[in-house]
Amino acid sequence: MAIYLIVALDVLNGISSLFLLCLGLAIIFGMMKIINLAHGEFIMLGAYATVISANAGVNIWIAMLVVAPLFVGLVGLVIERCLIRFLYGRLVDSMLATWGLSLLIIGIVTTIYGNTQQGVPTPLGGFSIGSYQSSYYTLFLAGMAIVMMAVVYGVMSYTRFGLIARATMQNPAMAATLGVNPARVYMSTFAVGAAITGLAGGLLAPVSGITPGMGGAYVAKAFMTVVGGGAAILSGTMSAASLFGAVNQVGAFFTTPVYGEVLVFTAAIVLIRLLPQGISGRFFKGNL
Amino acid sequence: MTFSRRRFLQRSAIATTTLIAAPAVFRSGAFGAENPIVVGSLHDQSGPIAASGTPMVYALQLAVDEINAGGGLLGRPLKVIHYDTQSNIQMYSQFAQQLAVKDKVDVVHGGITSASREAVRPTFDRFKVLYFYNVLYEGGVCDRNTFCTGTTPAQTVEKLVPSAMKKAGKKAYIIAADYNYGQITAKWMTKYVKDNGGEVLSTDFFPLDVTNFGTTISKIQAAKPDLILSALVGGNHTAFYRQWTSAGMKSKIPIASTTFGLVNEPTTLDAAESDSILGAYGYFEELTTPASKSFVEKIKKAHPDSPYVSELAACTYEGVMLWAAGVKKAASIDRMKVIAALEDGIAFDGPSGKVALDKPTHHTTRNAFLAEVKDRKWSVLESYSDVKPADTASVCDLVKNPNDTKQYIINL
Repeated sequence: MAIYLIVALDVLNGISSLFLLCLGLAIIFGMMKIINLAHGEFIMLGAYATVISANAGVNIWIAMLVVAPLFVGLVGLVIERCLIRFLYGRLVDSMLATWGLSLLIIGIVTTIYGNTQQGVPTPLGGFSIGSYQSSYYTLFLAGMAIVMMAVVYGVMSYTRFGLIARATMQNPAMAATLGVNPARVYMSTFAVGAAITGLAGGLLAPVSGITPGMGGAYVAKAFMTVVGGGAAILSGTMSAASLFGAVNQVGAFFTTPVYGEVLVFTAAIVLIRLLPQGISGRFFKGNL
Repeated sequence: MTFSRRRFLQRSAIATTTLIAAPAVFRSGAFGAENPIVVGSLHDQSGPIAASGTPMVYALQLAVDEINAGGGLLGRPLKVIHYDTQSNIQMYSQFAQQLAVKDKVDVVHGGITSASREAVRPTFDRFKVLYFYNVLYEGGVCDRNTFCTGTTPAQTVEKLVPSAMKKAGKKAYIIAADYNYGQITAKWMTKYVKDNGGEVLSTDFFPLDVTNFGTTISKIQAAKPDLILSALVGGNHTAFYRQWTSAGMKSKIPIASTTFGLVNEPTTLDAAESDSILGAYGYFEELTTPASKSFVEKIKKAHPDSPYVSELAACTYEGVMLWAAGVKKAASIDRMKVIAALEDGIAFDGPSGKVALDKPTHHTTRNAFLAEVKDRKWSVLESYSDVKPADTASVCDLVKNPNDTKQYIINL
């Protein structure tokens, strides 16, 4: 019995970390159609911000929940002003530019901090179910995923900013005639997307290996999930993260980690073949 | 432009003189550089493997500087031509050609992963350039043009597994990276567990970009082993040790690893995550012999921010010194004469102790050490002297088959 609970927790963990990793990308890609290949590096910057401030004596929770998103949000803001704003509507160009950006960020971080970086220990302890052990941090990540979902939903549905952002994404020209400045909306949306990605990096920092190249391990899966999820930011990303996270974890448990990975990619191919518009293109049409 | 006969003759005379004089002028320039012996170096200084490659370059430079300070070799100074291979196999192939054809080097030290070695080894065979591979690896390379100075599983895994089993128990669970090093090392681990009367409950392989080890940790708990044997590789895989600790398993099941701490794991992980992990290598920075201390001191003095000085750096230093001893003995830099000299009982007392080249395998008989992580440093528990490369010796005999060039996969 305990083993099923533990596997359920693993699945929950897989889903919530995938969701956290993808949410920022879903906002940037889903709303603004910018393919941000530097997404993995935003995660890495979030992790570095957390680790470096925590090692400098900042409280670990503040480092994760405040420093990481603030820092990466600011970086996102600068990048939007200097690079991304010239690339709206130029899908292929945005890929090339952000890929270059990702190499640049890796290079800068390596130059400053070198290839190795001391991590932070995982806060919170472990608990046991029967003879099995798991960590409270897993539950915390799941909690954070739910909180983030609620926050994004709340902001997008009930605030003026959310309304303006959605309107601008749907029809920038119309929004502009109504007195909205689309450039400013794009800028803040990109910064928010970057901040959420930074938060994800911060949250994963205590349970990951921290290197300048760590982003590479996340970027493919994040894109797969966002594309598999389709246009709706929240319901799409959540459903795709649930599907892929569960397939990966259950697959890895019952077969081997290698097949766990293979199964996820197979699931993604099948999904895109059957639902070319992503899950939300079929089931949650018009939802957020 | 008008041509007169006089101008034509003048110009022809100048051109001819220049052409005839050119070789002499250029050669005198070469004489000016004292005709150095050229040492090629192929190491990753950027990309994911840079933390391994950087100290190797420092060690190579240190060895060359020391040889030059002692008057060079055969009265000629050494010159290093180094290329940063950027953790990219394509760069290895390209720069290997360049070293062999354009730079015409006399020897190459380099290669880190097994994949990079196998990418460059055929090139150096073809262009007849002597090649040193100074990295611990899965064993089995049998090539008269190549010398492998690092440790192989028979030298380290053979010591690690029984000591860990003695400490923990007989039931082991193997986790390893999913490429040739991990796959082959897992086989060696299985062999030594069985040889020591133990049992392997399961072997799991992980692609290098796996970052979530939750299910693995559950599976391990379900299998209830006494001991984890790890050959996980790279930054992403260090996540295992953190997730293992955060699940509260650290104090319950001990870990022994053939890869942990080779590069930077003890310095990147927290003490709680790495304490009491066992490892075995051909060298540890923490060795307290005078030779080891002065080696580490010299590297840290020249490069205060150097990453951990591991077996990789020590073997590179020893590799260059062994080659230099061979050149001295041969009194020539002719490739075949140097190989013959190197096969003729060359040994060097390096930071890890005495290292001797083994004629039939072109590997080294060297010391091995067993250590445990304590407070983010290695604490050396035991040392084994003059351990032979028995694994490669079981498949490779270059005395009998001098034209062999392949890497044997050792069937277990």
